[in-house]
Amino acid sequence: MTVQFVLPDSRSLSRPPSAAAYLVDRVFVVVSTLGAVAIIALVAYILYQIGHQALPAIQRNGAGFLVGTSWDVQTSTFGILPQIWGTLYSSLLALLIGGFVGVTIAIFLTQDFLPPRLAVTFRTLIEMLAAIPSVVFGLWGIFVVIPFVRPGANWLNDHFGFIPFFSTSLSGPGLLPAVIVLSIMILPTVAAISQDAIGLVPYKIKEAAYGMGTTRWEAILKVIVPTASGGISSALVLGFGRALGETMALAMLIGNANQISLSLFSPANTLAALLASNFPEAAQVERQALMYAALMLLAITLIVNVIGTLILLWTQRKMVKA
Amino acid sequence: MSVVSEPPLSAGQAAASAVVPNINLQRNPFELRAMQSVLLTGGTWLVAALGAVPLLSVIYMLLVKGGARLSPELFTELPPAGFEIGGGIGNAIQGTLVTVAIASALSIPLALLAAIYLAELRPDSHLANWARFLSKVLTGFPSILAGVFVYAAVVIVMGSYSALAGGIALAVLMLPTVTLTAEGAMRMVPQRMKDAAIGMGCTRAQVVWSVTLPTALPSVVTGIILAVARVAGESAPLLFTALFSNYWLRSVTEPTASLSILIFNFSSMPFDNQIELAWSASLVLVLIVLGFNILSRFIGRPQV
Repeated sequence: MTVQFVLPDSRSLSRPPSAAAYLVDRVFVVVSTLGAVAIIALVAYILYQIGHQALPAIQRNGAGFLVGTSWDVQTSTFGILPQIWGTLYSSLLALLIGGFVGVTIAIFLTQDFLPPRLAVTFRTLIEMLAAIPSVVFGLWGIFVVIPFVRPGANWLNDHFGFIPFFSTSLSGPGLLPAVIVLSIMILPTVAAISQDAIGLVPYKIKEAAYGMGTTRWEAILKVIVPTASGGISSALVLGFGRALGETMALAMLIGNANQISLSLFSPANTLAALLASNFPEAAQVERQALMYAALMLLAITLIVNVIGTLILLWTQRKMVKA
Repeated sequence: MSVVSEPPLSAGQAAASAVVPNINLQRNPFELRAMQSVLLTGGTWLVAALGAVPLLSVIYMLLVKGGARLSPELFTELPPAGFEIGGGIGNAIQGTLVTVAIASALSIPLALLAAIYLAELRPDSHLANWARFLSKVLTGFPSILAGVFVYAAVVIVMGSYSALAGGIALAVLMLPTVTLTAEGAMRMVPQRMKDAAIGMGCTRAQVVWSVTLPTALPSVVTGIILAVARVAGESAPLLFTALFSNYWLRSVTEPTASLSILIFNFSSMPFDNQIELAWSASLVLVLIVLGFNILSRFIGRPQV
């Protein structure tokens, strides 16, 4: 039996889309275009709102805001140099620890150290680290990390107090516990992006290295890591960006003291922690100053993230070509 | 043996026969570079083990300290005041669920529309490139800035802190993540399926609605669930948008409690009761977040 596609009076079944279908299509295209426009508009509106709110403080404090060192509500003198210092110092230290451990774990998971099944389990474990909320890390830091590092920190201060890094004692919250927790928080980001970067290295490059008689680590350090260096550096930059904007764990652990110190054990402050701890109770003038600080935080993270994203795009393009 | 009867060796063969017998292909295990490799391998194992310690410690503390207070009252009672005994975190759980629901309702439709534009309609237009780039930048945005922005744009305008403002702040964080993952998912739909639909005379809307979306659905849902899990644990954007409240939420225009802010507030209190509740709230929060994560893994299994 053959299927009849033509109706008895030889009219075809096929027909162009109805007027309603055309209309729906038009509306659909317009609405989804608006969706894309909305994202751009949102970013512009965020910049506008924060900038607009910060304007009075910018006019009042000018560039002196960036180099001022006191945050005094009574006299309305606001400066964020200690916070900028604290943000960059804590993030750099966290990047040093978290970056090293993260890249090492990426190598560990991609270079056949573990049987594949175990590697997947371990990877899931590290990914779970990223799922733990910032406040929970803060709570854990208060009750686990601080008591754990305090004896060692105070011993270092007693015996090596002449070294600037150990020049104060750790009385509770301070830079060191904050940095430890911060490095744990950026570790999954660094490990995940580095793993992808190392995964992109063609297998034959590694085989060629082994064929030349390299040891496992000569192949990793002299061939694989340099080949993946673009992706790894973008992992580090993006991890750094994450550390800069991290708020709650730091607000709970860093001690919120507006001072500039090299010491790892003294309390400090960051831009994000300043916002978190001062904003809810701030009056008008201080709030405008906080908006100014938010604008600076936005500028710093924006620059770092754009650099990270560009490195990532650039290396991906290069790897695809190669 | 007669030397004369053998054919003359070519230069290459001469070199080979001269060298091969002397090569020792066995690596001396006590050679410096071999020992270096062994040392580095050991170090890597150590660092990797070190990387797993924090997670295990967090989980241990959550189970021991947070598990101690698990009881029905935890979910049904209000947070205790200063010296009070007992109490629960019922309103904080309610607040977290409500703000996350508001955030999802606001951000998911918008994000899906944007993703359709980025993946299907005009993927290479200037508008698409800018929207994609800004979404990526927005994902790296410190979450507290979403709070600052919503404070300026919503709280000041409405005149009070509210669950709605908290939801909007979380929506700002969800929007770019959902957009980017949904775009990725829609791009994975094989082009020939879409081409076949267009060939049959479908309009673009029909292609998206009956081919792209259904095919990409598992991955899209995975992205949505992961975004929900992420914002459920967020606290910085809620600090001065949803604020906190010691009572049950009656209307979305009132300030609301949330698990994360409760943990933050209680962690600095000098009372053991509050600290215990902070640990229990952490356990509940982590279970919610991990639950979403595990759910996403089940849904996200590739089905195409």
